[in-house]
Amino acid sequence: MKYLMLVCTDPSYTPGQEEGAPDVVDWLEEMNGKGVRLMGHRTRPASDATTVRVRNHQVLLTDGPWAETKDQIAGFDVLDCADLDEAIEVAAKHPMAWAGMIELRPFWPEEY
Amino acid sequence: MLVTSAVPDRIAGIYADGWSRIVATMIRFTGGDWDLAEECAQDAFAQALQKWPASGIPDQPLAWLTTAARHRAIDRIRRASTEAAKLREVAAMDLEPPYPDDSEIPDERLELMFTCCHPALSLEAQVALTLRSLAGMSTAEIARAFLLPERTLGQRLFRAKQRIANAGIPFRVPPAHLLPDRLPALLHVLYLLFNEGYGDAQKVRLCQEAIRLARVLTALMPDEPEAHGLLALMLLHDARRPARTDAAGDLVTLDEQDRSRWDQARITEGAEICERALRRRRAGPFQLQAAIAACHATAPVADQTDWPQIVGLFTELARIAPSAVVELNRAVAIGMADGPEAALPLVDAIAETGQLKDYYLFHATRADLLRRAGRGVEAADSYRAALELAPTDAERRFLRNRLQPH
Repeated sequence: MKYLMLVCTDPSYTPGQEEGAPDVVDWLEEMNGKGVRLMGHRTRPASDATTVRVRNHQVLLTDGPWAETKDQIAGFDVLDCADLDEAIEVAAKHPMAWAGMIELRPFWPEEY
Repeated sequence: MLVTSAVPDRIAGIYADGWSRIVATMIRFTGGDWDLAEECAQDAFAQALQKWPASGIPDQPLAWLTTAARHRAIDRIRRASTEAAKLREVAAMDLEPPYPDDSEIPDERLELMFTCCHPALSLEAQVALTLRSLAGMSTAEIARAFLLPERTLGQRLFRAKQRIANAGIPFRVPPAHLLPDRLPALLHVLYLLFNEGYGDAQKVRLCQEAIRLARVLTALMPDEPEAHGLLALMLLHDARRPARTDAAGDLVTLDEQDRSRWDQARITEGAEICERALRRRRAGPFQLQAAIAACHATAPVADQTDWPQIVGLFTELARIAPSAVVELNRAVAIGMADGPEAALPLVDAIAETGQLKDYYLFHATRADLLRRAGRGVEAADSYRAALELAPTDAERRFLRNRLQPH
């Protein structure tokens, strides 16, 4: 199963909570090596985001994210896992699960 | 030869033990379609109710029911699908040999338990699924037990099953490295069911189902002492049920309960299970709580309760599973073993943390200790604080009685 792994910051972050967290380089190496991580990247902050809408054939742009969201997306990865248990284990090993939080979104199946 | 009228009773017995077996088998058979699995299991039992009174109960009822459920599933998928690939799949399913014998049907109830109690499901979804898929209670029965509209419960179950499929929650027993997290979560759900039923005479069924599922769990995981600890704890609590309330429905405290009304067979069984579990030397919270319950249940009269041993067990419990409630109970035990003066400083220390200030039993406990220490005015204050927070009428009546000197 494929999952979108949204890597987010945590507004209730308290310094020190990431103590003992694994290193992101180790995480990347392990998950790329296992073939669990298909792709991914860090993203620039919400202040650099552009929201695009088409209304009445007109492209409308807003600077910033589409809504005030408490959690801010800091990056994403696409995972290919056997099941949710594996995806949870992969997410829990990511340092941002310690310093922030991670949301796992399953893909709709590809075949219709 | 069976008398025909006995057949429905026997089917009810087969349902109680067989429902979850068949549902589990059918979840596997349908590739994870929980709704279809349940529908087919239900249909198989409906067929049995229709046919068995005339034909007699087959020698291998589980195999009969599973075969009937499989036929129904294949039928349903075939009718619902026009896709060639799906139909080829169904054709292959049809060729799987039927189970010749009940004992050859793989027992997948453990897989079912762990999936129902997966921590990615909300606790209320876990509880509802456990009661439906494992205990075989109908949506209406579960709704009644939780005083919810049937529709609400139906939706809750529907969403939970959708979530299992969509989020990719696996149907399996977690691998060894996940068990230390997952087994306590499963035990927690069973204990929650038990407690939900324990406080309310209308909900006894929940206690019975929790005990039955814990028995299944201990049979399937014989080497997990905490599973045995949970079963022992529930049996020991349940044994005291008949004496917990008086004729008026008021709560009777442990020391005032009529011990002749306790179920001695349950107490013996619970105490033995607890002792066997503790001998494995992997004590956990449920085993320790069971051991404490056994100390109470095996004391012939309240005055002969082994309080020093209970203090020791609470001290161990506070070490492995620290919480303010455990500290409070430890203080109560110390109050009984060494007198209220020894316990009050511990209770005051909990008060300073502010953690239990909204918990009526904290104030009731403090009140009781103060009363026994001869500090009546302070005791009355604490009784009043408890009275304001007490959740049920029975508890409020009890506190009011304590507040008014007889």
